[in-house]
Amino acid sequence: MAMERNKGSFLEKNLHIIFPMPAVIFVVVMMLFPVVYTLFLSFTNWNLTSGMPLSIVFLKSYQKVLREPRFIAALGRTFSFTALAVVVETILGMIVALILNREFKGKGFAKLIMLLPLVSTPVAIGIVFNLFYDPTIGLANFVLTRFGFPRQAWTGSPVTVIPSLAIVDIWQWTPMIALILLSGLASLSSEPYESARVDGASEWQIFWRITLPMVTPTLLTALILRTIDALKTFDIIYAMTGGGPGYASETLNVMAFKYSFEYFRMGQASVILVFLFMLVLFMSLLIVRMRKSLEL
Amino acid sequence: MMKSKLMLVILVVLTVLSAGAQQKEIRVLLANHPYGDLLKAAIPEYEKATGVKVNVESLQESQLTTKLTTEFATRSSTVDVFMTRPLQEAKMFYKNGWNEPLVNYDFSDYPQNAMNIVTFGGKPYLVPMIIEWEVLYYRIDLFKKAGLSVPSTLTELELAAKKLNSDDIAGIASRGKGAAAVTQLSSYIYSYGGTYLDKGKAAFDSKEALDAIRFYGKLLANYGPKGVTNLSWENILPLFQAGKVAMWTDASVFYGQIVDPAKSQVNADMVGIANFPAGSKGSIPCFPVAWGMAVARQSKNKALAMDFIKWATSQELAKRAMLANIPMARNSVWKDSEVRSKVHPGLIATQEHAAKFGIAYDRPYMSAVGEARDLIGEVIIESINTAGASSKLEALAKEKAAAVNELLQDTGEYGVY
Repeated sequence: MAMERNKGSFLEKNLHIIFPMPAVIFVVVMMLFPVVYTLFLSFTNWNLTSGMPLSIVFLKSYQKVLREPRFIAALGRTFSFTALAVVVETILGMIVALILNREFKGKGFAKLIMLLPLVSTPVAIGIVFNLFYDPTIGLANFVLTRFGFPRQAWTGSPVTVIPSLAIVDIWQWTPMIALILLSGLASLSSEPYESARVDGASEWQIFWRITLPMVTPTLLTALILRTIDALKTFDIIYAMTGGGPGYASETLNVMAFKYSFEYFRMGQASVILVFLFMLVLFMSLLIVRMRKSLEL
Repeated sequence: MMKSKLMLVILVVLTVLSAGAQQKEIRVLLANHPYGDLLKAAIPEYEKATGVKVNVESLQESQLTTKLTTEFATRSSTVDVFMTRPLQEAKMFYKNGWNEPLVNYDFSDYPQNAMNIVTFGGKPYLVPMIIEWEVLYYRIDLFKKAGLSVPSTLTELELAAKKLNSDDIAGIASRGKGAAAVTQLSSYIYSYGGTYLDKGKAAFDSKEALDAIRFYGKLLANYGPKGVTNLSWENILPLFQAGKVAMWTDASVFYGQIVDPAKSQVNADMVGIANFPAGSKGSIPCFPVAWGMAVARQSKNKALAMDFIKWATSQELAKRAMLANIPMARNSVWKDSEVRSKVHPGLIATQEHAAKFGIAYDRPYMSAVGEARDLIGEVIIESINTAGASSKLEALAKEKAAAVNELLQDTGEYGVY
């Protein structure tokens, strides 16, 4: 009996440790361990093509990879893809949110349609867009030529491949920004609007001077989420171009995949991933900081 | 009472456990390839005959490499038998000790050049299964309409491509997607007198090879489908099936799919198969072992795996595959009279040509072949983007050849052949 009570009190005393345990274990095993292990691998020269066991080379892999022109080009592409996609998504998302914030017939249906891209699987989207973009038998060029425009190579040309991929990202993720902004717009109080209208402000002035400043914190939240995600984009690019033509759509994530699973340079691939991790972390901190300074 | 109940429970548990153990299982990884599909359809017969349950997974070829490598490298694999691309994987898998040597297998029915590729240190490590060679597929109807005869040289090929090319139909198609194009470009390079690796050193920066790369770039840029630098066979096949391509140089394995009435708008009688056109050194197509099958070294069911691989590469199945226009490596099936009467005569004729004049490699044969293909792919893309006229092509090829030599040195294969 005495023992049982002790047992009970042990559980009771340590509830605060025991209850979060599953979550803690999950985070350690599924999130912390991979990051730490990748960090460890980035200090090694582990590769599978030589058949040699791994040895620790400290920063040598960093020196090699971070100086490669291919890496620098991929870094630039990661940024240009992210910037293009996120900027257009934000503008379009804002427009959609403003429209959906008004009352009109069929609003529920319009909202439903808008959400469809969000719930689609990226690889499936990639395959469908590839058919759509196909320069010879694709719908995109069929429509273009019908309206008298010249055929485009879309993902087949190094010049148009990044914008073509960004269009897919924009198609898929604009709804998410619109959704977040819509919730922000819905929470705004109507008083400033009423007084502005009484003072004779135009709709444009109202948007620019009242709506936009008030919705900015929400906008920044949406920006953080999208920027982090866009920097890490992998599935659409891999499914659609595999980083090609040549390396013309190779972002850091795609490059890391190629280094690990096509070149089997595990150590050097880890360098790219550690760098990408730091980059995403840094960008997120930057935006969070920006948001805080705006709120003060 | 209690005791007997307990006994009963133990008995039940034991029966269940032993029944579970009796159900023999193996795990087999196949490629999305016509022969992989054929095996998948035939496996129920094997299961019925042997009582072994075969768990099959099918993957696209590069994803198959990724999956095998990840599982083997992390030593967590439960794979017993797998399809594998000898020229892409065999060297690396052998170095890492991932393949089981196949000592109890009768290899007498296989061509010697195929055996050379799968043998390491005197022991064969995989069964050569499917061979491929470069052919020219062409649209008989379009040739008739244009009054052309089938090109027998690369010069004629270019002229025909020019004549057949229109806004709607590409005169010629071939892979332009960097690394994927390397295997098809090989026949052009060989027929110009060049090669990828010579005595274990990169040689694709030679004059012959560069001439071939320039020709390939000019041909595809002028008469190829739009966006060709992003096209591999999986993109060109549907174009050909849709009737948008007049000629196509690629591996012989696609004939069955090209004329598959369920997928294709071109009829079998509209598609011809010809020998790869001759360059300055004659018609020298690549003639590689495209696919093989191997037993995993860490398999815990090696006896079952061996039994399965013998069945999956048996003469009977090889014949069945041949009748479905899948070119198999076994010598005997090519002599089979039923096969010879039913398989497309173009396939039989081009196979005989390739067996006589072909080269058994379609890519640089090395452990780091994935990276080497990307490096050569950069040269190919530069050539296509400039229609073969790039002034920096030679410098680029020299730079990439040096990079490939570095890879060969890193893996201890430089100068070894």
